[in-house]
Amino acid sequence: MSKLSIPVGPTDHAEGRLDAPVTLVEYGDYECPYCGEAYPVMKAVQEIMGDKLRFVFRNFPITELHPHALRAAQLAEAAASVGQFWLAHDMLYAHQNALMDVDLMRYGSAVGVNALALREAFDGRFDPKIESDFMGGVRSGVNGTPTLFINGVRYDGPRDVDSLVEALNQVAQFALARA
Amino acid sequence: MSSTLPISALPAGTPAPSFTLPATPDQKVSLEDLRGRPVILAFYPADWSPVCGDQMALYNEILPMFHRAGAQLVGISVDGVWCHAAFAEQRKLHFPLLADFEPKGAVARSYGVYREADGICDRALFVIDAHGVIRWSYVSPLGINPGADGILDALDQLAAPSPIQENKS
Repeated sequence: MSKLSIPVGPTDHAEGRLDAPVTLVEYGDYECPYCGEAYPVMKAVQEIMGDKLRFVFRNFPITELHPHALRAAQLAEAAASVGQFWLAHDMLYAHQNALMDVDLMRYGSAVGVNALALREAFDGRFDPKIESDFMGGVRSGVNGTPTLFINGVRYDGPRDVDSLVEALNQVAQFALARA
Repeated sequence: MSSTLPISALPAGTPAPSFTLPATPDQKVSLEDLRGRPVILAFYPADWSPVCGDQMALYNEILPMFHRAGAQLVGISVDGVWCHAAFAEQRKLHFPLLADFEPKGAVARSYGVYREADGICDRALFVIDAHGVIRWSYVSPLGINPGADGILDALDQLAAPSPIQENKS
């Protein structure tokens, strides 16, 4: 059973309460169609779980397959540096079929990342963070995108809303019973 | 190759059965050619698995991590060389895919990872040391891509006991 080797910490992009009983980590690629399919599912799951869930996104760009994935991740990290990671993340998944540089520049200006800041991101300013997400993912048994971890354990089950909510609730109940 | 075939994946400590398989229509690769450095054998069921989570695409992306550990990666399935060539080109793979095609699955059989009923090999991983001894093996459920954490841990262990030769920079 593969386990998350890098615990969730302050450098992660997280939504939800810090003391939520269950944490869902997604390793994702902005250009991966399966991550695109998972995106509305994650939103629905967050909505249903409410305060019980903390959701974390980590970068896992498969650049050999997805030529725009790295730059999309670089934009999202640049957005994070101005406090707008989730806005950029959502915008990228909502427009997965438009990830050319001109598109990324448009999203950048919409989330407060100007052309110069985006250029710096494209030149590698946030690459150490992206690479460390990726390497940590590999060491944790990430086997494609998206790969999900529930409270640190890789989830290999079905990725529909009901199945995920059930799995998360089970873990949440267990965690709350122990607390 | 031994006369009796193993019934399950060869475990750590076993000498790796030798083989020579085509990598392209006019090139063959032998395990002996790869001696002197760790080798990762990744048996997989078939080319063209229809997901981004494709195991070979993942290994392709993390090839630099394998190379940093001094290891060479080869993929093996029962697909033929032309199929491998098309698959490798489409996925932009930078490591050889060997065709265990004729006699079908013979190498997979010698490693104990052929699925007789399905006519394909298991999703099985072997890490072989520089001297040709299997140091780690793992068979994943067919539908589950095993990822690379086990391979990297095994390579770490290979590197651990003896001092690593490092290039002066």
